[in-house]
Amino acid sequence: MSGANHVDIRTLSHPETATLEGKNKFLGFWFFLGGETVLFGTLFATFIALRNRVATGPSSQELFSLPLTFLSTIILLVSSLTSVFAVLAMKEYKIRQMQLWFWLTVVLGLAFLGLEITEFKEYVHEGLGYTTSAFSSSFYTLVGTHGCHVLFGVLWISALMIQSYKKGITTVTAPKYYVSALYWHFIDVVWVFIFTIVYLLGILGG
Amino acid sequence: MKRSWLLLRFLPISGLVALLSGCGVKGVSALIPMGKEAREQAWLMYLSLGIMVIVILVVASIYFYVLIRFHKRKGQEDYIPKQTEGNKILEIVWTVIPILLLCIIAVPTVKQTFAQSDTDVPKSQKKDVLQVDVTAHQFWWDFKYPDQKIETAQDVVVPVGKTVIFKITSADVVHSFWVPALGGKIDANPGQTTKLKLTPENEGVYRGRCAELCGSSHALMYFNVKVVSQSEFDQWVDGMKKGPEAPATASAQEGQELFKQNCMSCHAVGKEGGPVAPNLTDFADRKMIAGTLDHNKENLIKWITNPDAVKPGANMPARGMNKNLTDEQIQKIADYLFTLSVK
Amino acid sequence: MTANAHALAAYNQRKGFLSWLWTWLSTVDHKRIAILYLFGGGLFFVIGGIEALLIRIQLAVPQNDFLVGSTYNEVVTMHGTTMIFLAAMPLVFAMMNAVVPLQIGARDVAFPFVNALGFWLFFLGGIVLNTSWFLGGAPAGGWTAYAPLTTEFLGTGSDFYLLGLQLSGAGTLMGAINFMVTIINMRAPGMTFMRMPLFTWTSLITSTLILFAFPPLTVGFFLEFFDHIFHANFFNTAKGGNAIIFEHIFWIFGHPEVYILVLPAFGIISEVVATFSKKRLFGYTSMVFATVLIGFLSFMVWVHHMFTVGLGPMANSLFALATMTIAVPTGMKIFNWLFTMWGGQIHFTTANLFAVGFVPTFVMGGVTGVMLAVPSADSQYHDSYFVIAHFHYVIIGGVVFGLLAGLFYWWPKMFGKILNETLGKITFWTFFIGFHLTFFPQHFLGLIGMPRRYFTYFPDEGFNTWNLISSIGAIGMAIGAIVLVINIVITTAKGQKAAGDAWGIGRTLEWSIPSPPPEYNFAQTPLVKGIDTFWKEKMEGNKKVTPAEPLGDIHMPNPTILPFLMSIALTIAAYGFIFANQTSASRPLCLVIAAFGIGLMLLLMLIHSIKDDPGFHYHKEEIIEIEKGAE
Repeated sequence: MSGANHVDIRTLSHPETATLEGKNKFLGFWFFLGGETVLFGTLFATFIALRNRVATGPSSQELFSLPLTFLSTIILLVSSLTSVFAVLAMKEYKIRQMQLWFWLTVVLGLAFLGLEITEFKEYVHEGLGYTTSAFSSSFYTLVGTHGCHVLFGVLWISALMIQSYKKGITTVTAPKYYVSALYWHFIDVVWVFIFTIVYLLGILGG
Repeated sequence: MKRSWLLLRFLPISGLVALLSGCGVKGVSALIPMGKEAREQAWLMYLSLGIMVIVILVVASIYFYVLIRFHKRKGQEDYIPKQTEGNKILEIVWTVIPILLLCIIAVPTVKQTFAQSDTDVPKSQKKDVLQVDVTAHQFWWDFKYPDQKIETAQDVVVPVGKTVIFKITSADVVHSFWVPALGGKIDANPGQTTKLKLTPENEGVYRGRCAELCGSSHALMYFNVKVVSQSEFDQWVDGMKKGPEAPATASAQEGQELFKQNCMSCHAVGKEGGPVAPNLTDFADRKMIAGTLDHNKENLIKWITNPDAVKPGANMPARGMNKNLTDEQIQKIADYLFTLSVK
Repeated sequence: MTANAHALAAYNQRKGFLSWLWTWLSTVDHKRIAILYLFGGGLFFVIGGIEALLIRIQLAVPQNDFLVGSTYNEVVTMHGTTMIFLAAMPLVFAMMNAVVPLQIGARDVAFPFVNALGFWLFFLGGIVLNTSWFLGGAPAGGWTAYAPLTTEFLGTGSDFYLLGLQLSGAGTLMGAINFMVTIINMRAPGMTFMRMPLFTWTSLITSTLILFAFPPLTVGFFLEFFDHIFHANFFNTAKGGNAIIFEHIFWIFGHPEVYILVLPAFGIISEVVATFSKKRLFGYTSMVFATVLIGFLSFMVWVHHMFTVGLGPMANSLFALATMTIAVPTGMKIFNWLFTMWGGQIHFTTANLFAVGFVPTFVMGGVTGVMLAVPSADSQYHDSYFVIAHFHYVIIGGVVFGLLAGLFYWWPKMFGKILNETLGKITFWTFFIGFHLTFFPQHFLGLIGMPRRYFTYFPDEGFNTWNLISSIGAIGMAIGAIVLVINIVITTAKGQKAAGDAWGIGRTLEWSIPSPPPEYNFAQTPLVKGIDTFWKEKMEGNKKVTPAEPLGDIHMPNPTILPFLMSIALTIAAYGFIFANQTSASRPLCLVIAAFGIGLMLLLMLIHSIKDDPGFHYHKEEIIEIEKGAE
């Protein structure tokens, strides 16, 4: 189990799965994302069923603005790319580069969150409260759950990066960096669906 | 007839029919069908049960044979049985035979599912069916006859031999509309309308109930389906349209006044009164007080005095909407309510 | 001094009750967690059983006034919820924790920390739910918690239900991922997938089902929770909501849940029947295939719980056909068990009595399942006592009989002592006869028109006799359970010590190591040569399984209190939300408490992330000594 500690870590091309613990973490995290997929799937299904039930409140056509959400999308897509670079740097044991890319990911995540909060504030201002209609409840719940995931990702990656200055890249830390990047990609993929199903369809109507 | 031929072919089924139809009480039990749909459903129940009994018999015979033949006997402690891996032919047999048995059930299943769900009435046949709009409430039933333009509650009256389409919805939580003797149930969903087709074939009174947990008094949410002859039904409809005659006794007349002041914001009699609580136009002709007690004045007084003791969680306030009716006044209201007959 | 010696020294310093408590609160050993699950699940099983007896007292005679109205609904709701989520699920996890790593020749599970966290979340979730009795009333919307009854018409009982189960559900999900990874990544050399014992197979499939079935439940409960606490409108028709969505979400979880419970029971039966027939399992490949197929199909049939909702004949017919197909793989299993016994030498130990009793009982539950798959007939059965009879035949006749078979079978492996066989047989016969007496009459009750969840019935409806018989039968089951508890106490006090191969005819790897196993399970990782590898070795005259590695140091994780503390943090959050709904004056304060709980959880996660566990080592010499002592 601890055999990998005795070899020079830099000879390993996949430090994230070099140990059994790393392999377990890697596989377990994929399963976790499988569960998360079903979770978001259920939220999407609920949203689709309720998206036109606006009661007396405003509808999606009246609220959504494409430029704003397009900007959010670009930010999140770029952050996914930066996390890819971070993992590539990790595999080459370039810790400074890895830290740089991950911090950039965190900053982009924060920018995304900032935009989302501004957006929600605007909607509330225009009369779409959480309790306004079935549409509003399902909209805020779906997009908000995604937002919470982004927030958690930001906190998680930051915590790992702060530690990375002391711990470096080892067979213990590499799986952690790796799965956090995996998580970030997942959030990004979910956002692509939100952008399509919630915003694009919402603006087009129907 | 095709049906009786099938019954003969499945001997165990006819045995089961004989055995099971002895069960239960007429008017309550699904095994003593009193309507077309219930009869068809019972037939499908017997068919599937019969096939399943065959399955059980096969499994049981192998089971007991194995247990008796192969149990451990004294002095055989060292015996090592042959370690069989499996048997392809046997495994195919017990895969294929269940599939065939399931097909026998599946064909009539699909057929009947479609047939019984067919509640669309062509315009030409509109007068051959009766439509009743049902609204379920915690914990009572409201019945409107849109074509006859009448409304009643708790006891629904329908003519024998005629197909009745119930259009069902709920005013609060999910309920389920079930008259076992006439046919299966369908849910009453808030904000949606479901349809149920029932064709009573015998006159009588059949117990209906709520079948989906709906709160404290779910178990007390009964109603009755009174199946009567076409002429009796027509008479009833006329009576409902005219409304009950004015009360004759002094006590009942005072009761009527008290009723108007204390009850009518929720309860209606004829066209007058509110829609929140059961319509009482033909109250005196009904079978039960609050759907749960025997139909007499004593129980009615008990109910008006303290509804929560009769039906926990009921929305009716004790002693009228102002909660201040005296025993004497309640007695008078009861006198009045028992004059509400359309016979 | 080694890390292990440090741990030992620390242990010696904190002797007595506190150190005993500390050991259990901080354990990450799957065998100890199994025992925790067993007693946690057992506790809730007793509570759920008492609730069942209360129900049967109320229904013994018509128009009884022992439990009326909402009180009865509370008891019914808590009985169902407790039995499914807090008794059956943890008992399944107890078996999985106790046995799966041993069966695949692993020293530990993949995520010992997560495993402990899963247990504590389940347990504290169960406690949260049960404290509702004392804190404003239990949930009363049925274990299915349909909206809008649960969300708009019932009080804080609903919050206890939604948040308590959210906690325990999260625990279950973690446990499932742990077992999936353990089984896939940590099998001993030679233990290919098609050599895995059936119980391990069913554990793998069950864990997979949990992974995909629990997230919808999590979402469903969150939506109800938002409706109830924050006045969202998911199920509020007045503002455009749709109550039927919850029914779909619930049953997308709810149907697989049945198989989540029953598949491990199938696995246990397969092990017990094979062992006590002294034969290998008949049709192993088709058993595996049937398990996978059942797991797959279980996600395609949820609408059969909703045939009366009014989804139309097309949906009903398709789901009816899908439901019927499940009968085929299930039937395959039944015949495979019968033919495992065929030609064997059947030992009627208590464990095997439960397995043998399982077969006809489960067949009964299965055939009524096929009957229920017929939509137009189901419109008569649905929500009647026929359904109650059906699922108790499946869940008691299937799951509980399976778990009891497993309990008697593996008890010596878990505790090192064999449960008393005489008392065991008394348990079996009273429980078995009591069970059939209780539930067989309920088939008739349903057919003659008695709906479920009714606290009363009229004397003139023909329900009296059947209900009375049913209530009498419940006494038999209660006696069986009491005798089992007595048996456990007596065995613990002065039971017969069990050998490694406790039954003498063990087939799988768990029987090749001492009872109870040392903390590291296998001194040397075994080399697996085929199905029933231990049996094979014994037939070749070997006493031990061939090792796959030389004797060496073994690395183990340190105990940690963090999982327990994390569960406490989330429990605080749950109570915060629950009480936020009780009085409007204290609402802000309660929400702050809830936020504090979540913050504490994040902090503990951070600590866990910073503090890497170096673990400790069992040294070669220690292992030799421990192994000597076990012989």
